[in-house]
Amino acid sequence: MLSEHSKQLLAERLTHYPPNEKASAVIYACYLAQADSPTHSITQQAAREIAEVLEMDPTEVQGVIGFYSLLFEEPMGKYVIHFCNDLPCALRGADRFYEFVRARLGIEDGETTPDGLFTIEHAMCIGACHRAPCMQVNLEFQEFLTEEKFDRIIELLRAGEPLRANMADAEPLSAAAPL
Amino acid sequence: MVKHILLQNRDIPNIDRLDVYEQHGGWETWRKAVTEMQPQAIADTVKASGLRGRGGAGFPTGVKWGFLPKGVFPRYMVVNADESEPGTFKDREIMEGNPHLFLEGTALSTYAIQSNAAYIYVRGEYYDVIRCLEQAIADAKARGYLGQNLFGTSYSLEIYVHSGAGAYICGEETALLNSLEGQLGQPRLKPPFPAAVGLYGKPTIINNVETLANVQPIIANGADWYRQWGTERSPGIKIFCLSGNIKRPGNYELPLATTFRELIEVHGGGTLDGAPIKAILPAGASAPIMAATDQVLDTPMDYESVPSVGSQLGSASMIILSQNDDVPLAAAKMVRFFRHESCGKCTPCREGTYWAQKVLDRIVAGQGTPEDITLVENIANQMVGRCFCPLGEFSTSPMLFTIKHFRDEFLAQTASTRPRRAWREVVPLRIEPTLATKER
Repeated sequence: MLSEHSKQLLAERLTHYPPNEKASAVIYACYLAQADSPTHSITQQAAREIAEVLEMDPTEVQGVIGFYSLLFEEPMGKYVIHFCNDLPCALRGADRFYEFVRARLGIEDGETTPDGLFTIEHAMCIGACHRAPCMQVNLEFQEFLTEEKFDRIIELLRAGEPLRANMADAEPLSAAAPL
Repeated sequence: MVKHILLQNRDIPNIDRLDVYEQHGGWETWRKAVTEMQPQAIADTVKASGLRGRGGAGFPTGVKWGFLPKGVFPRYMVVNADESEPGTFKDREIMEGNPHLFLEGTALSTYAIQSNAAYIYVRGEYYDVIRCLEQAIADAKARGYLGQNLFGTSYSLEIYVHSGAGAYICGEETALLNSLEGQLGQPRLKPPFPAAVGLYGKPTIINNVETLANVQPIIANGADWYRQWGTERSPGIKIFCLSGNIKRPGNYELPLATTFRELIEVHGGGTLDGAPIKAILPAGASAPIMAATDQVLDTPMDYESVPSVGSQLGSASMIILSQNDDVPLAAAKMVRFFRHESCGKCTPCREGTYWAQKVLDRIVAGQGTPEDITLVENIANQMVGRCFCPLGEFSTSPMLFTIKHFRDEFLAQTASTRPRRAWREVVPLRIEPTLATKER
């Protein structure tokens, strides 16, 4: 079910498109459904609801969810980590770093930690090649990663602390440094 | 030191804020255009400047605008901000660091094609960028630069941000349109071309972010001013993205026809590991790899010269490999990318990338045979000219040209049973490379 807040946001978003082109808002609606879900996943019920509001066939909405990498049908962790190990990042050590990331979290690519906190997936190029190694945590950039910095990020997330988005500082974090 | 024209954020702190942008003359060109200029005059200036599309194809922007059928309305401007090519991160810095420059260029271009609505299609991964653009649009609207009856005229303009959700194929313009309409992001058959039948079946122009960012300085300073850089056929400035095995990766705004050597050695500081350069990928994973010979290094980076040495300028996302880097491993990485991103619409791309990746993975795992090299070439040759869209065709580049130029490496790999190992350990960067100084 979409929350009342999401329904309102969706209604506002529909003003961006011609009145008979409501389907244009389908990706936006799916993001809202994901944001409403504690597991970032779009249930069949939510997909049916989106289809009704946007005057689409439920199958079309399911098709869209299946097509795009950032829309999830299956339950995900609270924090979805997309780690880039595409060619430019790999040339700067990202493959080795991803081994460290998996070992640290104790899970393999595509898996979720047993506590439901973290899902890790390798990403296709996310546009941060010049700041490798890089990743996104729930789509917010974390760049110039070092092992210490990665540990600090995980530690803060486990403690329920907010991360600063786009933390592009070059220096590794000291224990005391705020993110 | 000449100041940056597009990456003004390098010279002017907080230029992403509307008040700072206004202090530096921001949005004044727009006011003047709407109140004093005819749309055709803007289109004529852009055409005279020789500006070419910065998304990769390099098609002259003014000529493209001229393809719109006369007298058919409404029409749409769609901005391709689906920057997803491996090694490309220029549009991100334009939009994050200089959102108002980009929006003013978009507004001028939308006015020039006599449209009242522009959609900026941003890749879903650029969530931070989307928030930044939405804020900039809200600010510009509050100050009367966007909205209804601008500056007391009858002209109205809305600019909307539309998020994608992770699909490289949506950088292909007709797939982008399908995605924007709420369908699967798969390409459409052309013709009809989007200029005639585009978004919602209406005449539509699709331009890249960097292309439209250039329109603001061109209208403000004139076509002749813009032509002081570059060549007759490739005029102006370009942002070159430098990544991979390089000391100072980042965006470099330079005149077109700057040589590879200047970009890599002077601005980029040479390779990260200090070894000689082995190869250059001038346009991410999509254009043929080039062996870094002296002839290639001294080639000017423009739309005519790069094809003369066997590749394409494309979006100018340069990925650098040194003598220590492994070409078969790079080929496997790139084909993996295309296999993952194939939209599945046409058989040559869907099946070809799948099988080529399997064979390349076998080779780099030390289990390949010399026949496997021929097999990859055969797969690619069955794809060339048969894919539904250009992106399928692009996927054959990392199959064919890595083998063509570095066959010995593939042969050495198939002669060995040792798997290729992942690349070097991380070398932490101590400087913020996007702040590296640059001279023009």
